Amino acid sequence: MLSLNDFIGRQPAWCPGCGNFSILNAFREVMVELQIAPHEIVIVSGIGQAGKFPHYTRCNTFNGLHGRTLPVATGIKLANHHLKVFAVAGDGDCYGEGGNHLIHAIRRNPDIKLFVHNNQVYGLTKGQASPTTMRGVKTKNQPFGTVSEPLNPLALAIALDCSFVARGFAGDPEHLKMVMKEAIKHKGFSLIDILQPCVTYNKFNTYKWYRERVYHLEINYDPRDRIGAFGKALEWGEKIPIGILYKHEKTTLEEQFPIIKGEPLAEQKVDMDKIREIFSKILVKEK
Amino acid sequence: MKKVGIEVSLAIAEAAKLARVEVVSAYPITPQTHIVEHLAELVADGELEAAYLNVESEHSALSACVGAAAAGARTFTSTSAQGLELMHEILFIASSLRLPIVMVLVNRALSAPLSIWGDHSDVMAARDCGWIMLFCENGQEAVDSVIMAYRIGEDRRVLLPVAVNIDGFTLSHVIEPVEFPDQELVDSFLPPYKPLFTLNPERPVTMGAYGMPEIYTEAKYAQEMAILNSKAVIKEVMEEFGKVFKRNYRVVETYNLENSELAFLALGSINENIKTAIDILKAKGTNVGLISLRLYRPFPSEELLEVLKNVKRLMVVERAMPQGATNSPLFNELSAFAFHNGLNIIMENYIAGLGGRDVDPQEFVNIALNPFKKDGKLNYKIIGVRE
Repeated sequence: MLSLNDFIGRQPAWCPGCGNFSILNAFREVMVELQIAPHEIVIVSGIGQAGKFPHYTRCNTFNGLHGRTLPVATGIKLANHHLKVFAVAGDGDCYGEGGNHLIHAIRRNPDIKLFVHNNQVYGLTKGQASPTTMRGVKTKNQPFGTVSEPLNPLALAIALDCSFVARGFAGDPEHLKMVMKEAIKHKGFSLIDILQPCVTYNKFNTYKWYRERVYHLEINYDPRDRIGAFGKALEWGEKIPIGILYKHEKTTLEEQFPIIKGEPLAEQKVDMDKIREIFSKILVKEK
Repeated sequence: MKKVGIEVSLAIAEAAKLARVEVVSAYPITPQTHIVEHLAELVADGELEAAYLNVESEHSALSACVGAAAAGARTFTSTSAQGLELMHEILFIASSLRLPIVMVLVNRALSAPLSIWGDHSDVMAARDCGWIMLFCENGQEAVDSVIMAYRIGEDRRVLLPVAVNIDGFTLSHVIEPVEFPDQELVDSFLPPYKPLFTLNPERPVTMGAYGMPEIYTEAKYAQEMAILNSKAVIKEVMEEFGKVFKRNYRVVETYNLENSELAFLALGSINENIKTAIDILKAKGTNVGLISLRLYRPFPSEELLEVLKNVKRLMVVERAMPQGATNSPLFNELSAFAFHNGLNIIMENYIAGLGGRDVDPQEFVNIALNPFKKDGKLNYKIIGVRE
């Protein structure tokens, strides 16, 4: 039996009160409840406060470069699709520098679970506007107020027919756990945008700000209705829906390569005799 | 002009303001952030009239500067480490299109392992990109270099981008005494940028078009001549800067090199520690000199030859690994330089201060007193490495 202790890594270096703690706890509890062992998991991250996430678990981890989480995670999934691959990134990391990778990862549809810790600010570099910072919000690099419109990750993902699109809130861990579990059960690329208050650098989108706005999607909400989901994804401001907005199970990237349909590449045995046979045929032909 | 204590990053932003930059574009990366944050404050406070553009990556930051410079604006950007490497392909566009962008490169170690601290692995990976490269030892030099960089780059005889290198944290995040020149003096020294060609519908030009095999070599030759010839302009600008601002700079600086056959050679702020070591050695009766390359690109060959004429043993200290080469980058270049100029110098290669590791002046004292002897595989010594 796995326990929470199996998922305790290094001591987190986040600020007290950071929304990341509840995301980390939710992840650990979900792994224990679903009995997924650390050795079955790879957590891939980039650079940012979310980039530290893997170090605080005790799973297989890969900490790469800023924005480049998804290409690495895709490579891992192709080499060993038996692994449960989680990509953990922040809003700057995934929606800014890695924005292009997000678009193309959704198109390819590898069975990767992407958690975006969306605090609407750059935390690691200490308080500049991110791609999800709301227009007009003043930050260190934008003391005149952010001039760009924020990126809407859920509308973007649904427009691209992303296989699984959801939003969680760090201040509602039980609901977040439910969303994580559903994403894990779902086959295909899964984006969970997690509203995560930054208590140090985002004085605008606070716990209170989110709590006054977030609401659970209605019981009769149908996540298979793409047009309806798009409408929900556009809701932001006075009311912010959380839950599973959109689901569409379809062929994954790894299912499309005959060579890895059965055993993953990493576990396939190499038959040297067969290789010699093939090579000798080619060499004979060339003579 | 009075001296003030100020964080070097903020001082650099103030220097960009004094240079009246018109477009600033950057992406946050440690340890560069304070420079661009302060510029944002100056813009927000109305102290600097500039378009300040936040972008989604360093690639875009430099691209935006390329666009703005092509349209005729005076541009500024700043980055570090991975940010510089992400800019890599655009570095060549900026120099080949002859756009006098100024970038403050806050030197930081490249990943992996992830390190936010200083060394020169970033600039060394981008050293031959056609940019003029200056290195600074302290805050005052950084401020003065930014102002000089625009004057150099925008000179019609040059028209090239300039990178001003400062060491991450050991320089960027320390408070140093800095004397800011008066705006009127800066204005007289640095007139508004008058580009030779701009993207202008009245007089259309094409930038970045195809260079077919018949012309590509000639285009690159012309560019090479431009950077080689820029040295005369750089020296001229440094001399005029000295006359106007009463602070004198040379492309190659020396310290205690007179009557010394033994010398260190290094880039950047580590030279200040080496100077301390030289003072310690002098007090003990050993004369050791220092050669500091303020100008790294174009390579200051003649000036270096001049200062090396009495040197018998040269200790080259670098903050970058050879990465599989015979020696570290600057050492290899100096070896070729010494060979082709028939110099009879014993050269030793030391690697120190990687990923922000402190190097005590005593280490340099030890090096000076105990010459490097190759006893293992390596052609160089990594100071303080644990095996």
